[in-house]
Amino acid sequence: MSKKELKLKTDFRWDKIFKIGATCAGAYVLLVIVIMFVQLLTDSWLVWEKEGLGFITGMNWNPVEGRESFGALPYIAGTLVTSLIAMCIAVPLSIGIAMFLSEIAPPSIREPVSFIVELLAAVPSIIYGLWGLFTFRILFKDWFESPTHDALGEYIWLFADAPFGLDILTASIVLAIMIIPTISAVSREILLAVPAIQREAAYMLGATKWEVFKMSVLPYAKSGLIGASILGLGRAVGETMAVTMLIGNAVGSKAFPIAFFQQGNSLASIIANEFNEASPVGIYFPALIGLGLILLFVSLGINICAHVIIRKMVGAHEGGIKGF
Amino acid sequence: MKRRIEYRTHFKDNISSRMLSDKIVKIAVITCCVIAIIPLASILIDVVRNGIEIISWTFLTALPGSAASGEGGIVNSIQGTFIMIGMTSAIGIPIGVLSGIYVSEYANSRIGQLIRFYNDVMMQFPSIVFGVFAFLLIVMVLGSFNLWAGAVALSLIMFPIIARTTEESLKLIPDTYREAGHALGIPKSVVTLKVLLTAAKGGIVTGVMLSVARIAGETAPLIMTILGSKGWFRGVDVAMDALPLTIWRLSMLPYDAAVLQSWGAALVLITIVLILNVSVRYVVLYRKGGKLGMLGSIMGGKK
Repeated sequence: MSKKELKLKTDFRWDKIFKIGATCAGAYVLLVIVIMFVQLLTDSWLVWEKEGLGFITGMNWNPVEGRESFGALPYIAGTLVTSLIAMCIAVPLSIGIAMFLSEIAPPSIREPVSFIVELLAAVPSIIYGLWGLFTFRILFKDWFESPTHDALGEYIWLFADAPFGLDILTASIVLAIMIIPTISAVSREILLAVPAIQREAAYMLGATKWEVFKMSVLPYAKSGLIGASILGLGRAVGETMAVTMLIGNAVGSKAFPIAFFQQGNSLASIIANEFNEASPVGIYFPALIGLGLILLFVSLGINICAHVIIRKMVGAHEGGIKGF
Repeated sequence: MKRRIEYRTHFKDNISSRMLSDKIVKIAVITCCVIAIIPLASILIDVVRNGIEIISWTFLTALPGSAASGEGGIVNSIQGTFIMIGMTSAIGIPIGVLSGIYVSEYANSRIGQLIRFYNDVMMQFPSIVFGVFAFLLIVMVLGSFNLWAGAVALSLIMFPIIARTTEESLKLIPDTYREAGHALGIPKSVVTLKVLLTAAKGGIVTGVMLSVARIAGETAPLIMTILGSKGWFRGVDVAMDALPLTIWRLSMLPYDAAVLQSWGAALVLITIVLILNVSVRYVVLYRKGGKLGMLGSIMGGKK
């Protein structure tokens, strides 16, 4: 065999090895997800065995030895409520920003503002938490929570608790501030991806800017904007540090969210707070891992829903899916 | 003539109300921008204003001292952050790049779509769950908090980002590059590694830098993997500190001096993250624009 043929042969053997390596790397993500679910399930098995489905619907949280009893409902509700309030604030604002950047602002403003918005999406969440804890909480308590509580606290249960600054509303608002850059950066890209011909057709009919947006841009970009919002929701649900620092970290049935100024807790923040305190023996530790499993399922559910919604609405056109 | 005047007044009424609603919307949208920018600006201003007070040569180069008096510095956390970035990259970059290559070059469209979907899902998973996972998988088995556990947890955040950016930038390369390679009888692996990766270098480097910026600020998975410490790096099998952990720990202490130190650490962290981002965006994204720019904004980072 000549030297050249030998080289060719080894080249193609290397080719096969490379293909196998790449395939393994591609399969890695599937493998990790499966192992993660299995690992979390086996390590939290004790709590599912003891509480059954009551672990999801229960309200108790008692790690004292001998009287252990765990229920995840207040934290599931806390996660969902804070994320929803944050979405209610962040989505309209973000779409407004995206509209300003794509439709109204001249390029000389658009470029720098977009740049800043994208940079802010990269600020670590611990820094939002720090700012929330030492700056925002105090201002918010003095300027909003105390006056509202004084005026409405007696009549409306939502404002009944004495405001302290560390509560569900504060955590939700900081969460909203955190996800605004994400949602608006993606929404802006989606609005810019709407073909110019859509706008031109509406302008040709004599529409004003708002009418152009309403008539021809919004319907085209709708699914993409929903995708962008769900991307933000995913972030809000999994957010840990800023929420942990601001939500007040109540446990048990007290943590079930019913009012704005009440101390609550979320799935991620209770894990962050109590994980290192729990001893690996007993049922307390499996209960925390069980919360992690629930969090994983919530996040997976949101993602799959988003995917299905967008698939249904977009059909084939690419721009919408990109954001997701 | 009379009719014409009627039309004219009608048109005037119509257009003026439409213009009014247009103006109202414009004002509302600008208000949105202002409302959103105030808190975001306040964050940056606060971090810089409070952080700059404590930043000094000693703060950046000394080990932590007594937290109550605000002595010492944060050099071990800075060291820890860079070590974490290095170890995570060692795990995450090869897997991410290979996975991207597989999806774009080898997989058929069904499997490719499946893997792409799960990479997207993985990117959205709460990072604290990765921490719990690495704790169960590594810390429980080895019996001590260690750097590998942290690196594994962070690599799970990093590799989907790199896989997606690699895939997207490989897709932007015209098929003629591949065909030319095959026509010369070059094996596919060599075409991929030598030709395609060279052409896609910019996009891949972007993905890597953005994911590094993202993991540098991650806190939650580090709590249960590397725990935190007060000393220098002593090996990969013991606990270590990192900047986000230091910020968290110090901010929870009841001393003003400790809180001030935590602002200082926040300033250092934000500087590292923003420098990484700004350089990437200037060098690659804004020169190339288009699809990759979009991807960059998605990857912008959460924690």
